Amino acid sequence: MAEKIELEWVFGHSEEIVSREIEGEVIIVPLTSGIGDLEDELFTLNETGRAIWLRLDGEKKLVDIAAELGQEFDAPAETIEEDVKGLVSELLKRRMVVRKK
Amino acid sequence: MNSSGVYARKVSIPRSGMWKDGRPALTRLDIELTERCNFACAHCSINLPAGDAGARKRELDTQAIKAILEEASSLGCLAVRFTGGEPLLRDDFAKIYTGARKLGLRVMIFTNASLLTAGMADLLAKYPPLEKIEVSIYGMSPESCQAVTGAAGGFAASMKGIELLLDRGLPFVVKGAVLPGNKKELGKFDDWASSLPWMQGRKPALAMAFELRTRRDSGEKSAGIMKVRPDPQEIVGYELGRDPDLREFRSFVAGRHELYGDLLFNCYPTGAAAVDSYGNLQYCLSLRHPDTVYDLKKGSLREAVSEFLPEVGCLRAKNADYLKRCGSCFLKEACLQCPSRSWSEHGTLDTPVDYLCRITHLKAEAAGLLKPGEKAWLPEARSRFLKYIGKDSGRPGAACPEQGKE
Repeated sequence: MAEKIELEWVFGHSEEIVSREIEGEVIIVPLTSGIGDLEDELFTLNETGRAIWLRLDGEKKLVDIAAELGQEFDAPAETIEEDVKGLVSELLKRRMVVRKK
Repeated sequence: MNSSGVYARKVSIPRSGMWKDGRPALTRLDIELTERCNFACAHCSINLPAGDAGARKRELDTQAIKAILEEASSLGCLAVRFTGGEPLLRDDFAKIYTGARKLGLRVMIFTNASLLTAGMADLLAKYPPLEKIEVSIYGMSPESCQAVTGAAGGFAASMKGIELLLDRGLPFVVKGAVLPGNKKELGKFDDWASSLPWMQGRKPALAMAFELRTRRDSGEKSAGIMKVRPDPQEIVGYELGRDPDLREFRSFVAGRHELYGDLLFNCYPTGAAAVDSYGNLQYCLSLRHPDTVYDLKKGSLREAVSEFLPEVGCLRAKNADYLKRCGSCFLKEACLQCPSRSWSEHGTLDTPVDYLCRITHLKAEAAGLLKPGEKAWLPEARSRFLKYIGKDSGRPGAACPEQGKE
């Protein structure tokens, strides 16, 4: 079952992946075993995912990231917060982020 | 913001066509980590003895290779291929490999697997290469393997390497070569190889039309390669044995039969580049003509891939025989003729290689694309071919996307 994500929590990129920005795309490359299926698997993020990912710096709380995104995107605060929690939940399952605080 | 609830997706690169701002300057880099090899195959275009101290001294050191990898990564490169010689001969292979993976590069490894240790297999399992390892196997018995490689114990060592890969669940494929010392075992090799997990029932790729020494460093060794490579008729025989209708060949020619005239390279632009053991950037690892080599010690990878290689890719043929034949041949893309083969066989970029020409013509005859003895550079042959593929497809032009441009 997916872990409930709290907005007060802080997340950073996992050391089990390498995050790269190439030609406008965020590419997440598995580094250790078990992230992909051993071959031919990279991951890319959609626009929302990219905006959140680049802010997951191990310092900012999710609630602060959501507030920052509120300045950038024309969407209700609740929607943005759900997106932030949705992405983090998905990436946590894939071991691409780790909880720092 | 997001309506789908899905934020991350798996992609397969470079097939994804995903780039927003244009393709990266470099998508794949081949690195020849060493010319040296622990095998001494008579058909090899590059190998030097494993203990060649001179070659070893001249090789790029760990830091130099890491610097190239870092620059490649900064240019958007996603995959690097480590080859040789035998790349596992290098004491620093683990450092180089781990460095590449930590830069977010996928790694292809070409190896004979005979030097694979349990420790190295563990490392590959911990940091998966994200590409299938390609293992060359030269025989199905100690005797045949030694006949090809000259290495006593080579068969057992390679098989031990295969076992380590299987044990760690590391994806790999095997490939081979048709040589006098192993040709009787090809059926056995096919059966064994196709039973391996990641071969998915497919027969292994077989090298046959071997390149001569790509550094043109030994006339004696090149003569040895010519002696062991199968003659054109034999090569076509092997191919017919695997694909009696040559369906794949016909399909390829139907889609790729444009004429290149004096343009030498039909593989440009590929987004790929190669670096040899000593820091020379090349179009590919076989093409070592001095006009097509860039010394990375005197410049940068960025300059090499963005300025030098595009210039190489636009080189023009001047040889009248080449222009008459290869420049006007609708089989050009299906033929192994290219500047690197011209270089290794003749020391030029634009001399037709009769051996390759003969192979391709015989295949085209066997596939029904040419009449016996007909030359594919003659207008009437091409004209007949174009009509033929229209008829063959059942829908004129449908099997041949380029036909509308004729």
